[in-house]
Amino acid sequence: MATTNVATETGLSLSAPATQGEVQIKPLTMNFGPQHPAAHGVLRLVMEMDGEVVERADPHIGLLHRGTEKLIEYKTYTQATPYFDRLDYVSPMSMEHTWVLAVEKLLGITPPKRGQYIRVLFAEITRILNHLLNLTTFALDVGAITPALWGFEEREKLMEFYERVSGARLHANYFRPGGVNLDLPAGLADDIGAYFDTFPKFMADLEGLLSENRVFKQRTVDIGVVSAADALAWGFTGPMLRGSNVAWDLRKAQPYDSYEEFDFDVPVGLTGDCYARYLVRMEEMKQSMHIIRQALDKLSKTPGPVKLNDRKVTPPSRGEMKRSMEALIHHFKLYTEGYHVPAGDTYTATESPKGELGVYLVADGTNRPYRCKIRPTGFSHLQAMDFMSKGHMLADAVAIIGSMDIVFGEIDR
Amino acid sequence: MSDEALKELGDYIGNALGAAVVKTEIAHGELAVTLTRAALFKGIQFLRDDSTTHCELLADIAGVDYPDRAERFEVVYNLLSVKHNHRIRVKVATDEDTPVASIVSLYPVAGWFEREAWDLYGIFFADNPDLRRILTDYGFEGHPLRKDFPLTGFVELRYDAEQRRVVYEPVKLTQDFRSFDFLSPWEGMTDVQLPGDEKAVIPLAARPAIADKR
Repeated sequence: MATTNVATETGLSLSAPATQGEVQIKPLTMNFGPQHPAAHGVLRLVMEMDGEVVERADPHIGLLHRGTEKLIEYKTYTQATPYFDRLDYVSPMSMEHTWVLAVEKLLGITPPKRGQYIRVLFAEITRILNHLLNLTTFALDVGAITPALWGFEEREKLMEFYERVSGARLHANYFRPGGVNLDLPAGLADDIGAYFDTFPKFMADLEGLLSENRVFKQRTVDIGVVSAADALAWGFTGPMLRGSNVAWDLRKAQPYDSYEEFDFDVPVGLTGDCYARYLVRMEEMKQSMHIIRQALDKLSKTPGPVKLNDRKVTPPSRGEMKRSMEALIHHFKLYTEGYHVPAGDTYTATESPKGELGVYLVADGTNRPYRCKIRPTGFSHLQAMDFMSKGHMLADAVAIIGSMDIVFGEIDR
Repeated sequence: MSDEALKELGDYIGNALGAAVVKTEIAHGELAVTLTRAALFKGIQFLRDDSTTHCELLADIAGVDYPDRAERFEVVYNLLSVKHNHRIRVKVATDEDTPVASIVSLYPVAGWFEREAWDLYGIFFADNPDLRRILTDYGFEGHPLRKDFPLTGFVELRYDAEQRRVVYEPVKLTQDFRSFDFLSPWEGMTDVQLPGDEKAVIPLAARPAIADKR
C-alpha cells in the first residue's frame, strides 16, 4: 500500500567509506503532512525512518490553534457555547454538553427531565455522527472507498436532524445551561424514530463491507497494540481505552443527565489493536441506537419545559419577550450582561464520542469565566503516536492515526 | 461520590502526606488537594500508587494565572481512579521563575500537558525531557494565556507576494479592541449594593439628614 506522499526527504546519506566493508545508514527523516489526506486535518508528523520502518514519530500540532481558551475568558458564558461546537467539529453537541454541565454545576441548577432526555438523544445522535465519520475515513485510509461514500450519506441525514432542531447542520449551539434552547419541532421525534428503523440495515451493510474484509483485517489486526496498563498511563479514554479491554465509560461510571435511567452495554475490545477499536466503535453505534430509541420513548411520555424556568439564567421565549416588559428586560440583560456564575472551580467531564472531554472551569463570580481549560481527548491519544507506531511500517502509521479518531479542532483548540 | 466519602478520602490523604498538604477543599462533589511545591512529586506518586487513592489515569494538567497572588500561577492536576471511580484534583502554586517538578516519569501522558502549560503560561517544569512549545507557532514569543497578554496578541502574519513568503507584522486593528465592562450589579444575580441603594433600605422618616435640611 503506497498511498503516502513523501513531502520532503532530508538526511539520507551513505556516509561510511566502502573500505570498511560496513555501510552506515542514517535514519531518514520524513515529513508527513500537514497537507496529507491521511493525516486527518493539519497533523504534521516528523518521522525517523529505517527503510520503511518507523523508528520515531514526533507529531507537531498547533497548526489549528485558535486560542479558544483565551477567547472564552473574554466572552460571557452564553457567548462561550458556540466555541465548543468548533472544538471537535464532527461531534459538536457533545462538546457543548460538557460545557453546559460544567456551568450548571457551578450555578447549582438541574435542567428539567425533558431537557435532559433531549440532550441524551442528541448526544447519542452525535456519537453516531462521529463514529460514522471516523470509521469510514479510517477505512478510506486503509484502502476502502465505498464505506466513506455510504457513511457520508447517512451523516447527511443525521445532520438534517441537527438542522431541524437548531437551524445549523454542524455548529448547533443548541444545548444551554439549564436545558436546551428550544423543544423539538413537531414531527421530528417521529422522523428520528423512522430513520432509526432503517439504520440497522445500513449498519449490517457497513459491517458486511468491513468486519470480515480480508484487506481491512490485514491492515488493522495486530497493528498499534496497546495494553491496558499502557492505555491508562498514556491517558487514553473512550473507545481507545475500551479497545484495550478496560470497561470504563463515564455514562455508566459517573452518570450525568439521567444516563442512569438508560439501558445500554459498554463494549470492550480484547486485543487493543486497531481492529479492536474499530469493533468497539461499531458496537457503540448500535448501543447509541438503542439509547436513542429509549430516549424517544421517554420523551413521548415526558411533556413539559425543556429548559429551566428561571429567568435569571435562561432567557424567555421570543413570543413572550415581545409582549411582556419583564421578559424584555430579562432578555436584554441575559444577552448583554449575561448571568453571573458564583465563584468556584470544577472539573466536569462527559463521555464524548472520542473519550473523556473535560472542562476545568474557574469562575470568579462575574459574568465571564476566569479560566476555562478544555481537556481534549485526542491530545493524549496523539501523544502516544510515538510509542504506538514504533517498529511498524509507514503504512501502518496511517492505520494507527485513523483508529485514533483525531480531530484537530479539539486537539489544537 | 458523596461529600462524606470525599471528606474521608481527603482526610486519608491529609494523614498520609502530613505537612505536604496545604489545604483540602470539597465543593460541587469534587475533592481538591493543594500541595506544597516541594512535595508535589511525592504526593502525586502516593496518589498513584496507594491502594486507597489509586489514581492510575492523569486526565489533565491545567495552568491558571492569578496575577494578584504572590505566586501567580497555579498548576492543577486532575487525577482519575478507574478502579475506585473517583477524581482527585491536585493544585500547586508557583511563579514565573520557580520550576515545578515534572511528573512525566509517573505518567507519560504528562509530557504534552506540561509542554502546553509551559507554552501558554511559561510555567517551567524541571526534568521534563522535551519542554518545547506545542500549540503556538514556531518561533512564537510570549505566553499567550497569561492575564497580562492581550487578546489580540502582538504580531499578525500575512503572505507577502513580493517576498513570496509569510511575514510577521505588528498587529494593526482597523477598529479598537472593545472590551465591555458588564460588571454593573444586577439584583438577584449578585449581592453587590449599588452606591446610593443603602438609602432605600432605611425608611424616609428615620433619615436625619433629610429632615435637617428641611
